[in-house]
Amino acid sequence: MPDLWIIVVLIAGAASTYVWRALGVALSGRIDPTGPVFEWVGCVAYALLAALIARMIVMPVGPLEATDLGARLISAAIAVAAFFLARKNIFFGVTAGTMALIGFTMAGIRLF
Amino acid sequence: MFFSAAKEAAGMPALVLSASYVGFGSLVRESGIGLGLGLFSTLSTWALPGQVVLVELYGVGAPLLVICLAVALTNARLMPMVITLMPLVHDPAVPRWRYYLYSHFVAVTAWAFSMRRCPDMPRPLRLPYFVGFAVSLWIASLIGTTAGFLLADSVPRPITLGLVFLNPIYFMLIFATDLRHRARAMALGLGAVLGPLLHTLSHDWGLMFAGLIAGTVAFGGERLLRNRHA
Repeated sequence: MPDLWIIVVLIAGAASTYVWRALGVALSGRIDPTGPVFEWVGCVAYALLAALIARMIVMPVGPLEATDLGARLISAAIAVAAFFLARKNIFFGVTAGTMALIGFTMAGIRLF
Repeated sequence: MFFSAAKEAAGMPALVLSASYVGFGSLVRESGIGLGLGLFSTLSTWALPGQVVLVELYGVGAPLLVICLAVALTNARLMPMVITLMPLVHDPAVPRWRYYLYSHFVAVTAWAFSMRRCPDMPRPLRLPYFVGFAVSLWIASLIGTTAGFLLADSVPRPITLGLVFLNPIYFMLIFATDLRHRARAMALGLGAVLGPLLHTLSHDWGLMFAGLIAGTVAFGGERLLRNRHA
Protein backbone atom coordinates (compact mmCIF):
# COMPACT_ATOMS: atom_id res chain seq x y z
CA MET A 1 0.00 0.00 0.00
CA PRO A 2 1.69 3.22 -1.11
CA ASP A 3 2.04 5.99 1.37
CA LEU A 4 -0.84 8.45 1.13
CA TRP A 5 1.49 11.41 1.44
CA ILE A 6 3.33 10.76 -1.85
CA ILE A 7 -0.03 10.45 -3.64
CA VAL A 8 -1.04 13.86 -2.32
CA VAL A 9 2.34 15.31 -3.37
CA LEU A 10 2.10 13.83 -6.88
CA ILE A 11 -1.46 15.06 -7.45
CA ALA A 12 -0.54 18.53 -6.17
CA GLY A 13 2.55 18.54 -8.41
CA ALA A 14 0.52 17.52 -11.45
CA ALA A 15 -2.04 20.24 -10.69
CA SER A 16 0.70 22.87 -10.24
CA THR A 17 1.92 21.93 -13.71
CA TYR A 18 -1.38 21.62 -15.55
CA VAL A 19 -2.62 24.98 -14.28
CA TRP A 20 -0.04 26.71 -16.53
CA ARG A 21 -1.16 24.77 -19.56
CA ALA A 22 -4.85 25.53 -18.95
CA LEU A 23 -4.06 29.18 -18.28
CA GLY A 24 -2.19 29.26 -21.58
CA VAL A 25 -5.28 28.01 -23.43
CA ALA A 26 -7.56 30.42 -21.56
CA LEU A 27 -5.35 33.43 -22.31
CA SER A 28 -4.50 32.54 -25.88
CA GLY A 29 -7.93 33.55 -27.15
CA ARG A 30 -7.44 37.05 -25.79
CA ILE A 31 -4.03 37.77 -27.28
CA ASP A 32 -3.79 38.92 -30.90
CA PRO A 33 -1.28 36.53 -32.56
CA THR A 34 -0.01 39.34 -34.81
CA GLY A 35 0.41 41.88 -32.00
CA PRO A 36 3.36 42.89 -29.84
CA VAL A 37 2.04 41.18 -26.66
CA PHE A 38 2.10 37.84 -28.46
CA GLU A 39 5.63 38.48 -29.67
CA TRP A 40 6.72 39.33 -26.12
CA VAL A 41 5.13 36.15 -24.71
CA GLY A 42 7.05 34.15 -27.33
CA CYS A 43 10.33 35.77 -26.27
CA VAL A 44 9.58 35.00 -22.62
CA ALA A 45 8.82 31.36 -23.52
CA TYR A 46 12.17 30.90 -25.24
CA ALA A 47 14.02 32.77 -22.45
CA LEU A 48 12.37 30.60 -19.75
CA LEU A 49 13.35 27.45 -21.64
CA ALA A 50 16.95 28.58 -22.01
CA ALA A 51 17.11 29.66 -18.36
CA LEU A 52 15.80 26.27 -17.25
CA ILE A 53 18.16 24.28 -19.48
CA ALA A 54 21.18 26.33 -18.38
CA ARG A 55 20.19 25.94 -14.74
CA MET A 56 19.81 22.15 -15.18
CA ILE A 57 23.38 22.00 -16.50
CA VAL A 58 25.11 24.55 -14.26
CA MET A 59 23.10 24.21 -11.02
CA PRO A 60 21.08 21.01 -11.22
CA VAL A 61 18.51 20.04 -8.60
CA GLY A 62 18.58 16.31 -7.90
CA PRO A 63 21.07 13.51 -8.53
CA LEU A 64 23.30 15.56 -10.85
CA GLU A 65 24.34 17.67 -7.86
CA ALA A 66 26.74 14.82 -7.12
CA THR A 67 28.60 15.37 -10.39
CA ASP A 68 31.35 17.92 -10.94
CA LEU A 69 30.44 21.34 -12.38
CA GLY A 70 33.54 21.40 -14.60
CA ALA A 71 32.73 17.94 -15.95
CA ARG A 72 29.18 19.04 -16.76
CA LEU A 73 30.31 22.23 -18.51
CA ILE A 74 32.95 20.46 -20.59
CA SER A 75 30.51 17.66 -21.46
CA ALA A 76 27.98 20.27 -22.59
CA ALA A 77 30.67 21.95 -24.71
CA ILE A 78 31.60 18.56 -26.20
CA ALA A 79 27.91 17.99 -27.03
CA VAL A 80 27.70 21.34 -28.84
CA ALA A 81 31.00 20.76 -30.69
CA ALA A 82 29.98 17.24 -31.77
CA PHE A 83 26.59 18.54 -32.84
CA PHE A 84 28.06 21.17 -35.16
CA LEU A 85 30.88 18.92 -36.43
CA ALA A 86 28.27 16.31 -37.39
CA ARG A 87 26.34 18.98 -39.35
CA LYS A 88 23.74 19.63 -36.68
CA ASN A 89 23.07 15.98 -35.89
CA ILE A 90 21.28 16.05 -32.52
CA PHE A 91 21.70 12.34 -31.86
CA PHE A 92 25.46 12.57 -32.33
CA GLY A 93 25.72 15.62 -30.07
CA VAL A 94 23.59 14.13 -27.30
CA THR A 95 25.49 10.84 -27.36
CA ALA A 96 28.88 12.58 -27.23
CA GLY A 97 27.84 14.86 -24.35
CA THR A 98 26.30 12.05 -22.30
CA MET A 99 29.26 9.72 -22.89
CA ALA A 100 31.62 12.52 -21.86
CA LEU A 101 29.84 13.01 -18.52
CA ILE A 102 29.71 9.26 -17.90
CA GLY A 103 33.44 9.10 -18.67
CA PHE A 104 34.32 11.98 -16.36
CA THR A 105 32.20 10.55 -13.53
CA MET A 106 33.59 7.02 -13.91
CA ALA A 107 37.15 8.33 -13.98
CA GLY A 108 36.36 10.45 -10.90
CA ILE A 109 37.76 13.54 -12.61
CA ARG A 110 36.93 16.77 -10.78
CA LEU A 111 37.88 20.01 -12.43
CA PHE A 112 36.75 22.58 -9.93
CA MET B 1 -0.97 13.14 -40.29
CA PHE B 2 -1.45 11.88 -36.74
CA PHE B 3 0.30 8.62 -37.59
CA SER B 4 3.05 10.06 -39.73
CA ALA B 5 3.88 12.53 -36.95
CA ALA B 6 3.76 9.70 -34.42
CA LYS B 7 6.17 7.78 -36.60
CA GLU B 8 8.50 10.75 -36.95
CA ALA B 9 8.55 11.17 -33.17
CA ALA B 10 9.09 7.44 -32.64
CA GLY B 11 12.62 7.76 -34.01
CA MET B 12 15.34 9.82 -32.41
CA PRO B 13 13.11 12.12 -30.30
CA ALA B 14 11.40 9.17 -28.56
CA LEU B 15 14.69 7.36 -28.07
CA VAL B 16 16.33 10.36 -26.43
CA LEU B 17 13.30 11.27 -24.33
CA SER B 18 12.75 7.71 -23.10
CA ALA B 19 16.45 7.55 -22.18
CA SER B 20 15.95 10.73 -20.14
CA TYR B 21 12.99 9.09 -18.42
CA VAL B 22 15.16 6.06 -17.63
CA GLY B 23 17.08 8.50 -15.44
CA PHE B 24 13.81 9.62 -13.83
CA GLY B 25 12.64 6.02 -13.34
CA SER B 26 15.74 5.12 -11.39
CA LEU B 27 15.42 8.30 -9.34
CA VAL B 28 11.85 7.23 -8.46
CA ARG B 29 13.12 3.83 -7.33
CA GLU B 30 15.87 5.37 -5.18
CA SER B 31 13.39 7.69 -3.50
CA GLY B 32 11.31 4.73 -2.38
CA ILE B 33 8.37 5.60 -4.63
CA GLY B 34 6.59 2.70 -6.35
CA LEU B 35 6.55 2.09 -10.09
CA GLY B 36 2.81 2.77 -10.34
CA LEU B 37 3.23 6.19 -8.77
CA GLY B 38 6.28 6.95 -10.92
CA LEU B 39 4.21 6.18 -14.01
CA PHE B 40 1.38 8.27 -12.60
CA SER B 41 3.80 11.20 -12.31
CA THR B 42 4.94 10.82 -15.93
CA LEU B 43 1.35 10.41 -17.12
CA SER B 44 -0.16 13.27 -15.15
CA THR B 45 2.68 15.81 -15.11
CA TRP B 46 4.74 15.01 -18.17
CA ALA B 47 7.26 17.78 -17.74
CA LEU B 48 10.52 16.17 -16.70
CA PRO B 49 12.34 19.06 -14.98
CA GLY B 50 9.37 19.60 -12.64
CA GLN B 51 9.08 15.87 -11.95
CA VAL B 52 12.75 15.69 -10.95
CA VAL B 53 12.33 18.70 -8.64
CA LEU B 54 9.24 17.10 -7.06
CA VAL B 55 10.91 13.76 -6.36
CA GLU B 56 13.99 15.51 -4.98
CA LEU B 57 11.99 17.73 -2.61
CA TYR B 58 9.77 14.82 -1.57
CA GLY B 59 12.95 12.91 -0.76
CA VAL B 60 14.21 15.59 1.62
CA GLY B 61 10.77 15.87 3.26
CA ALA B 62 9.85 19.38 2.11
CA PRO B 63 6.38 20.69 3.02
CA LEU B 64 3.64 20.48 0.39
CA LEU B 65 3.48 24.22 -0.22
CA VAL B 66 7.22 24.41 -0.88
CA ILE B 67 7.00 21.49 -3.33
CA CYS B 68 4.04 23.00 -5.18
CA LEU B 69 5.72 26.39 -5.46
CA ALA B 70 8.98 24.87 -6.71
CA VAL B 71 7.19 22.68 -9.26
CA ALA B 72 4.95 25.54 -10.41
CA LEU B 73 7.89 27.91 -10.84
CA THR B 74 9.92 25.26 -12.67
CA ASN B 75 7.05 24.65 -15.07
CA ALA B 76 5.85 28.24 -15.56
CA ARG B 77 7.33 28.12 -19.07
CA LEU B 78 4.37 25.96 -20.13
CA MET B 79 1.98 28.92 -20.13
CA PRO B 80 3.85 31.10 -22.66
CA MET B 81 4.62 27.93 -24.63
CA VAL B 82 0.90 27.11 -24.92
CA ILE B 83 0.05 30.71 -25.82
CA THR B 84 2.72 30.70 -28.56
CA LEU B 85 1.66 27.36 -30.01
CA MET B 86 -2.12 27.86 -29.97
CA PRO B 87 -2.57 30.22 -32.96
CA LEU B 88 -0.24 27.98 -34.97
CA VAL B 89 -2.20 24.75 -34.45
CA HIS B 90 -5.64 26.27 -33.96
CA ASP B 91 -8.33 24.68 -36.12
CA PRO B 92 -11.71 26.46 -36.17
CA ALA B 93 -13.45 23.10 -36.66
CA VAL B 94 -12.22 21.79 -33.29
CA PRO B 95 -14.35 22.68 -30.23
CA ARG B 96 -12.58 24.97 -27.82
CA TRP B 97 -12.76 22.70 -24.75
CA ARG B 98 -10.66 20.08 -26.51
CA TYR B 99 -7.66 22.39 -26.44
CA TYR B 100 -7.71 22.05 -22.67
CA LEU B 101 -7.01 18.33 -23.21
CA TYR B 102 -4.45 18.85 -25.96
CA SER B 103 -2.59 21.43 -23.89
CA HIS B 104 -1.53 18.63 -21.55
CA PHE B 105 0.72 17.42 -24.38
CA VAL B 106 2.67 20.67 -24.47
CA ALA B 107 6.21 19.86 -23.37
CA VAL B 108 9.59 20.88 -24.74
CA THR B 109 10.17 18.33 -27.52
CA ALA B 110 6.75 18.19 -29.20
CA TRP B 111 6.44 21.95 -28.83
CA ALA B 112 9.83 22.70 -30.42
CA PHE B 113 9.18 20.35 -33.34
CA SER B 114 5.69 21.74 -33.93
CA MET B 115 6.92 25.35 -33.74
CA ARG B 116 9.41 24.53 -36.48
CA ARG B 117 7.32 22.29 -38.76
CA CYS B 118 3.74 23.55 -38.50
CA PRO B 119 4.14 26.92 -40.26
CA ASP B 120 4.83 25.02 -43.52
CA MET B 121 1.77 22.77 -43.19
CA PRO B 122 -1.84 23.30 -44.25
CA ARG B 123 -3.83 24.33 -41.18
CA PRO B 124 -5.99 21.18 -40.73
CA LEU B 125 -2.86 19.02 -40.53
CA ARG B 126 -1.11 20.99 -37.80
CA LEU B 127 -3.09 19.89 -34.74
CA PRO B 128 -2.92 16.18 -35.71
CA TYR B 129 0.83 16.60 -36.25
CA PHE B 130 1.32 18.07 -32.78
CA VAL B 131 -0.90 15.55 -31.01
CA GLY B 132 0.50 12.56 -32.92
CA PHE B 133 4.05 13.61 -32.16
CA ALA B 134 3.28 14.21 -28.49
CA VAL B 135 1.35 10.95 -27.91
CA SER B 136 4.25 9.00 -29.34
CA LEU B 137 6.64 10.76 -26.94
CA TRP B 138 4.24 10.27 -24.05
CA ILE B 139 4.29 6.50 -24.59
CA ALA B 140 8.09 6.56 -24.92
CA SER B 141 8.30 8.45 -21.61
CA LEU B 142 6.22 5.79 -19.85
CA ILE B 143 8.40 3.02 -21.28
CA GLY B 144 11.51 4.92 -20.20
CA THR B 145 10.17 5.43 -16.65
CA THR B 146 9.41 1.70 -16.37
CA ALA B 147 12.79 0.66 -17.74
CA GLY B 148 14.63 3.04 -15.42
CA PHE B 149 12.71 1.76 -12.41
CA LEU B 150 13.32 -1.89 -13.22
CA LEU B 151 16.99 -1.39 -14.10
CA ALA B 152 17.81 0.97 -11.22
CA ASP B 153 19.82 -1.61 -9.28
CA SER B 154 21.70 -3.09 -12.21
CA VAL B 155 22.79 0.12 -13.91
CA PRO B 156 26.07 1.63 -12.62
CA ARG B 157 25.65 5.02 -10.98
CA PRO B 158 27.64 7.06 -13.57
CA ILE B 159 25.36 5.78 -16.34
CA THR B 160 22.23 6.77 -14.42
CA LEU B 161 23.73 10.22 -13.93
CA GLY B 162 24.59 10.37 -17.63
CA LEU B 163 20.97 9.61 -18.50
CA VAL B 164 19.73 12.38 -16.19
CA PHE B 165 22.24 14.72 -17.86
CA LEU B 166 21.05 13.68 -21.31
CA ASN B 167 17.80 15.59 -20.87
CA PRO B 168 19.16 19.17 -20.60
CA ILE B 169 21.76 18.39 -23.30
CA TYR B 170 19.03 17.22 -25.66
CA PHE B 171 16.87 20.28 -24.97
CA MET B 172 19.89 22.53 -25.49
CA LEU B 173 20.64 21.04 -28.91
CA ILE B 174 16.99 21.18 -30.02
CA PHE B 175 17.18 24.94 -29.61
CA ALA B 176 20.67 25.18 -31.12
CA THR B 177 19.14 24.00 -34.42
CA ASP B 178 16.76 26.90 -34.43
CA LEU B 179 18.73 30.13 -34.05
CA ARG B 180 17.72 31.87 -37.28
CA HIS B 181 14.90 33.84 -35.68
CA ARG B 182 16.70 36.86 -34.19
CA ALA B 183 14.39 37.66 -31.24
CA ARG B 184 14.20 33.99 -30.19
CA ALA B 185 17.97 33.58 -30.47
CA MET B 186 18.50 36.65 -28.27
CA ALA B 187 15.95 35.35 -25.75
CA LEU B 188 17.66 31.94 -25.65
CA GLY B 189 21.14 33.43 -25.20
CA LEU B 190 20.14 35.90 -22.49
CA GLY B 191 17.99 33.33 -20.71
CA ALA B 192 20.86 30.85 -20.63
CA VAL B 193 23.09 33.45 -18.95
CA LEU B 194 20.50 34.80 -16.51
CA GLY B 195 19.02 31.41 -15.54
CA PRO B 196 21.92 30.13 -13.43
CA LEU B 197 22.85 33.66 -12.32
CA LEU B 198 19.46 34.51 -10.83
CA HIS B 199 19.12 30.97 -9.46
CA THR B 200 21.98 31.81 -7.09
CA LEU B 201 19.91 34.75 -5.79
CA SER B 202 16.67 32.81 -5.36
CA HIS B 203 16.17 29.09 -5.88
CA ASP B 204 12.43 29.57 -6.19
CA TRP B 205 11.95 32.77 -8.18
CA GLY B 206 15.27 32.98 -10.05
CA LEU B 207 14.05 31.03 -13.06
CA MET B 208 10.86 33.03 -13.47
CA PHE B 209 12.66 36.37 -13.24
CA ALA B 210 15.41 35.21 -15.59
CA GLY B 211 12.75 34.32 -18.18
CA LEU B 212 10.81 37.56 -17.75
CA ILE B 213 13.89 39.80 -17.87
CA ALA B 214 15.67 37.98 -20.71
CA GLY B 215 12.45 37.69 -22.73
CA THR B 216 11.60 41.36 -22.27
CA VAL B 217 15.13 42.52 -23.17
CA ALA B 218 15.12 40.29 -26.28
CA PHE B 219 11.70 41.63 -27.26
CA GLY B 220 12.86 45.24 -26.74
CA GLY B 221 16.13 44.59 -28.57
CA GLU B 222 14.29 43.13 -31.53
CA ARG B 223 11.99 46.15 -31.78
CA LEU B 224 14.95 48.52 -31.53
CA LEU B 225 16.87 46.71 -34.27
CA ARG B 226 13.81 46.51 -36.47
CA ASN B 227 13.06 50.21 -36.14
CA ARG B 228 16.64 51.14 -36.89
CA HIS B 229 16.57 49.17 -40.13
CA ALA B 230 13.12 50.34 -41.11
